[in-house]
Amino acid sequence: MSGTRAKEPKGVRLDHISKIYQNPKTGKDFYAVHDVELDIKPGSFVTLLGPSGCGKTTTLRMIAGFESPDEGEIYLGGEPINSLTPNKRDTAMVFQSYALFPHYNVFDNVAYGLKLRKVPSAEIKERVSNILKLVELSDMEQRMTNQLSGGQQQRVALARALVVEPGVLLFDEPLSNLDAKLRVQMRTEIRRIQQALGITAIYVTHDQSEAMAISDNIILMKGGVIAQMGSPTEIYYHPNSEFVADFIGECNFLRCEVKGREGEDTVVTVDGHPVKVRSDNNITGNAEIVLRPEAIEIADQGQLPCKVELSCFMGSYQNYHVRVGDTLVKIADNCPIGRKIFQVGDDAFISFRSECAHLLET
Amino acid sequence: MARAQSASLDRKKLMGDPIMVTTIVVLITFLTLFILYPLAILLVDSFVGDGSFGLSVFQRIFQMPDFTRAITNTLKVGFVVGIFSSLLGLLFAYVEVYVKMNRGVGGLFKLVSMLPVVSPPFVLSLSMIMLFGKSGLITRFLFGIYDNNVYGYWGIVIVQTLTFFPVCYMMLKGLLKNIDPSLEEASRDMGASRWRVFRDVTLPLLLPGIGNAFLVTFIESIADFANPMLIGGSYDTLATTIYLQITGAYDKSGAAAMAVVLLLITLAMFAVQKYYLERKTAATLTGKASRARMMIEDKSVKIPLTIFCSLGAAFVILMYICVPIGALFPTWGYKFTPLTFKWFEQVFTRYRGLQAFRDSFVLSLIAAPVTALLSMIISYLVVKRKFKAKGFIEAVSMLAMAVPGTVLGVGYIRGFSGGVFHTGFLQGLYGTGLILIIVFIVRSLPTGTRSGISALRQIDKSIEESAYDMGANSLKVFTTVTLPLIKDSFLSGLVTAFVRSITAISAIILLVTPSYLLITVQINEFAEKGAFSIACAFATILIIITYGSVLLMNFIIKHFGTSRKVKEVE
Repeated sequence: MSGTRAKEPKGVRLDHISKIYQNPKTGKDFYAVHDVELDIKPGSFVTLLGPSGCGKTTTLRMIAGFESPDEGEIYLGGEPINSLTPNKRDTAMVFQSYALFPHYNVFDNVAYGLKLRKVPSAEIKERVSNILKLVELSDMEQRMTNQLSGGQQQRVALARALVVEPGVLLFDEPLSNLDAKLRVQMRTEIRRIQQALGITAIYVTHDQSEAMAISDNIILMKGGVIAQMGSPTEIYYHPNSEFVADFIGECNFLRCEVKGREGEDTVVTVDGHPVKVRSDNNITGNAEIVLRPEAIEIADQGQLPCKVELSCFMGSYQNYHVRVGDTLVKIADNCPIGRKIFQVGDDAFISFRSECAHLLET
Repeated sequence: MARAQSASLDRKKLMGDPIMVTTIVVLITFLTLFILYPLAILLVDSFVGDGSFGLSVFQRIFQMPDFTRAITNTLKVGFVVGIFSSLLGLLFAYVEVYVKMNRGVGGLFKLVSMLPVVSPPFVLSLSMIMLFGKSGLITRFLFGIYDNNVYGYWGIVIVQTLTFFPVCYMMLKGLLKNIDPSLEEASRDMGASRWRVFRDVTLPLLLPGIGNAFLVTFIESIADFANPMLIGGSYDTLATTIYLQITGAYDKSGAAAMAVVLLLITLAMFAVQKYYLERKTAATLTGKASRARMMIEDKSVKIPLTIFCSLGAAFVILMYICVPIGALFPTWGYKFTPLTFKWFEQVFTRYRGLQAFRDSFVLSLIAAPVTALLSMIISYLVVKRKFKAKGFIEAVSMLAMAVPGTVLGVGYIRGFSGGVFHTGFLQGLYGTGLILIIVFIVRSLPTGTRSGISALRQIDKSIEESAYDMGANSLKVFTTVTLPLIKDSFLSGLVTAFVRSITAISAIILLVTPSYLLITVQINEFAEKGAFSIACAFATILIIITYGSVLLMNFIIKHFGTSRKVKEVE
């Protein structure tokens, strides 16, 4: 396999980048991206995650050069690149629509960038065939792109970007046109290839599970600003806001009152019932417990009393909605077989381990 | 908040792309010099033409009864032709989309919609005179009417309606096909009769489209020069009045002011059509039809409509066939047998036909590829790129669509006969073949640009972005990705430009010098003189050339076009 690369991966730094757009209806200017500061290490896999309109694609397109930032400077491998046109930047992008050239076959699509770089044709042949081997499309060289399945087209798009050995590889929601099963398979592939080549990758998606599965680091954006960045585990278990907690997976929020500390844990009360939460921030007064559905146990005995409002078998887990005080709490009771199944109307108790919960200021 | 940095970066990126910059500069120069400047000089002429700045020229022309009458005439004809054409077009379109017809009728419709495209503009006038005139085949020899007068208002109205209604038919057919059949089915399901469905659902949805078709033909009618020239008789329209003002009265400032008036009328209508009706049409009819329509098979509807439309179509085709047949009669109006080829021979032996065809052919053949390439470049820039002057390029190339040929012709005479701004700069251009080629280009550019823009809008923007991202510069992106993907549109633009050029007359007739013989100008001259047989012979050969090139284009697209290769697997 062509695991060896002639070129070193490059880091990307965004130095207080902003992009201003005009709202076509009101004619008012607004920040599509506001003061984004990022330092992406060479060889790492970073995902820009967020709901639509959060500025993630605009940020990616600024790195590629299709959009120009209104404030700040972008550095690629230490060099400022603001004034470079896309064709002069050492980036290669995999587009959401794949953007394969419909009038070329697979080989010509992949060879396009190399031909532009005036690589000798013998070398083009070798490099294209190596990269097609890497994406497992070796026998498809002569096919027209519309004779390929969605997943295969995706691989061609990836191969075309990889073959020019860019300093950084950019992905613009590349899997959103595939069906669910293929999406899971392709994201594993992308991660495998990125690791094998040691290339820097910046990946845009609105799918949080994709982001978790694929990234070294996640940058969660909202309204043009960075909401939180960190490793998938950090973001999942230590969200810094309700938005982050809610966006990354399902989440419950329980209002509580901080009473004091007990070792590593903070003692809080929910409707007067005391529970412990592992938290390193020094919150006092009113707060919110962040609880993942799979971290909650439901039983006849426990920490907080509740009433079951929905009980639904989902295969791998039993899904409950229970009322704790006046808050609705969702529970995913994994592998419930052999345990008691509660029915709608039952009274029960929920409990959780302190290290599975997280405390947020309200 | 300021967008200054991105603006300056975008500028810097543009400057880093010398090919783009050169292209844009060349385009802007071309458009300014050959579209904007001739129109500007008309304004200058009409305000300062009589020596001092002011409205004196306008006062003078508005005191000419001929001119004010021409305005009324033009508007009257345009309005009536607009109404007749859109109604006739609507009927044909409705029958084709809604009524189950035999195959043959569909073929008839197709022929009718294509004939006006490939034939020179005045063919219908010619055959109208030959069929219904004083010695008309039908009036005199079938009905024995000896002094039927086809010249004048009704002659123009009938001929223009028959010439322009196929445009309405094509426009409305496209719109009708886009109406979702389930809307009409819902109305029918709730108990509406077919007539109510048409009145309550189809018609309201189509109304902006009909308005659009009406205005498009209105503008075409106003701008038409050849038909009023031939069949108008003493009934003058603005286009012919301007022509006579400059060729007969040598009143150049007067003609310039008249041209400004004509231009203002078409511009105003064009603005309404483009910015109001076209948008409204798009707003009401966006969706694609979800599935096939249940065709009307009811015999009481089907038979009368089909018969009516087939007769109409057959009549139009008869009008066109009359021209080649007319060229075969020994003497039109007196001696019909035996059929002879002598007129075709005389075209080449007596009337310098070879030179006329060579000149027209060569000039159009040069203009066509330039037009096609220019319009593709303009469409590419307009659809795919962003830069400051984009609005200017788009607006000016669309503006050319609203400029009647006669206006452009007068503008070129005034603008280039004494050099740019009468300074002698570029004076050498006037009277050459080059200026004719440029007129051909300018006249066909808007059509080509429009079809290029719609072809490019269908191509995902990221395909070009991806080429750009891979390291291709603008020229490479255009030549390796854009152009191959719109090859079909390019080819049809090429042929359309060729056909339009070789059949053009309105602007050309003012600019042509004796050193160039153009077929259309020749036909016009012979028809004016009443030499119908020789005019028909010329026109027949011209139709064969244009129809042949359209066939050739279809053949090339079918066998070598990109879209076939791309589509064949799906």
